[in-house]
Amino acid sequence: MSALGSLYRRELRLAVRAGGGAMMGCLFFLIVVTVVPFAVGPDLNLLSRIGPAILWIGALLATLLGLDRLFQTEQEDGSLDLILMSGWPMELVVVVKCVAHWTATALPLVVAAPLFAVFLNMEPLAIWAVVATLFVGTPALTLIGAIGAALTVSLKRGGLLLAILVLPFTVPVLIFGVSASYGAVTDPAPFTTPFVILCAITLFAAVLGPVAAAAALRSAQD
Amino acid sequence: MTATTQPQAASSLWRLANPSRFLRFVDIVQPWLIGLIVVLFAVGIYGSFFSAPADYQQGETVRIMFLHVPAAWLAMFSYTVMAMSSVGTLVWRHPLADVSAKCVAPIGAVFTFISLLTGSLWGKPMWGTWWVWDARLTSVLVLFIMYLGLIALWRTIEDPTRAARSAAILTLVGFINIPIIKFSVDWWNTLHQPASVIRLDGPTIHPSMLWPLIVMAVAFSLLFMLLHFMSMRTEILKRRVRAMQLMQAAKETN
Repeated sequence: MSALGSLYRRELRLAVRAGGGAMMGCLFFLIVVTVVPFAVGPDLNLLSRIGPAILWIGALLATLLGLDRLFQTEQEDGSLDLILMSGWPMELVVVVKCVAHWTATALPLVVAAPLFAVFLNMEPLAIWAVVATLFVGTPALTLIGAIGAALTVSLKRGGLLLAILVLPFTVPVLIFGVSASYGAVTDPAPFTTPFVILCAITLFAAVLGPVAAAAALRSAQD
Repeated sequence: MTATTQPQAASSLWRLANPSRFLRFVDIVQPWLIGLIVVLFAVGIYGSFFSAPADYQQGETVRIMFLHVPAAWLAMFSYTVMAMSSVGTLVWRHPLADVSAKCVAPIGAVFTFISLLTGSLWGKPMWGTWWVWDARLTSVLVLFIMYLGLIALWRTIEDPTRAARSAAILTLVGFINIPIIKFSVDWWNTLHQPASVIRLDGPTIHPSMLWPLIVMAVAFSLLFMLLHFMSMRTEILKRRVRAMQLMQAAKETN
């Protein structure tokens, strides 16, 4: 277990120190949230209504942004081969890397979301709903994204292809994340049902993502 | 694919795994297939445009159905064929499986596009709009994007065997979408009408419209088969050319 623990710590340290990847995601999130009012107009009522959707799209794009580095740097410097030869199941390694990546890039987004929600004039209840759905839903984005990152690991400019491959699979996460957030504020729509489905998607992605990503990484090695 | 239950059929399927045998098989089958397709389309088009009555609600526009429904079925069927080929690539390393998977993708994308386009043309007079964000339409649009993404993945990775395995993994992950498309009209009560042909309690569509639809569906399926075989043949020949070029290059450097 200590090997996986040190892998986790290494990932985290790299994410925070090298290139400021974690903060870049947050900054990108802020920019997305800032740009939208310019596009739809500064009407506060409208903004508070579409606020959850804006936050979710911002978080989705910000999560995608850092994904291409998930395995690629290690593929380039050869440490991925070492990790593959270490004897640990690749699926477990992928899980650890995803957890580390989520802690470094998605968790800051969740923390920053309430602040950005204030910009969008959202109600306190809606803010908490968005934070809760982001907290539960972003792991699914990372885990699904890991599949794309593993598939494009050996490509020179895989970033754009990764986004194309991964985005269709993130549609359900977006649907249920946003509908749970709306459910919290609008009366007839429920919060619990879409929220529970969102949890289920994350659990499903936690099973499927590492298996598919590990298979893709293994096939990229030989 | 019930072939595995019968030893003889299984062995003949396995013999087709040899690319040269497959090419010979295609050469024999192709003229018959083309003839059958021409006949079936002639019958099907006569049935759908002349013999079938106009719908009492939808009028003449119902005839779009005879293109739209088979195309939509084939869009899902193509993905299923691709997923089965991907299993062949990943599990048995079947030499023709990745050729098959690679060649299905563009055909499936075109069928998906046809079903989206005809659906849109049908939707304008019936629903009053070209497009709605309904569950069935949206999931088919996602299917179309996935086809394009897979084609892009095939083209981006140069080494064919590595591209095959990467695409196979993604294909299998994306297979989740197929049951979602199939059951979207039952799970979500939206604008698109529910299933009316493939139902447990039998089709709810009138026989005078059902038979042209089925003939068209069979014609479309055979057309798919023909295009798939032809495309696979081209791909096999392309790979041979590539292998010969590599051998030639190796000879020249020695």
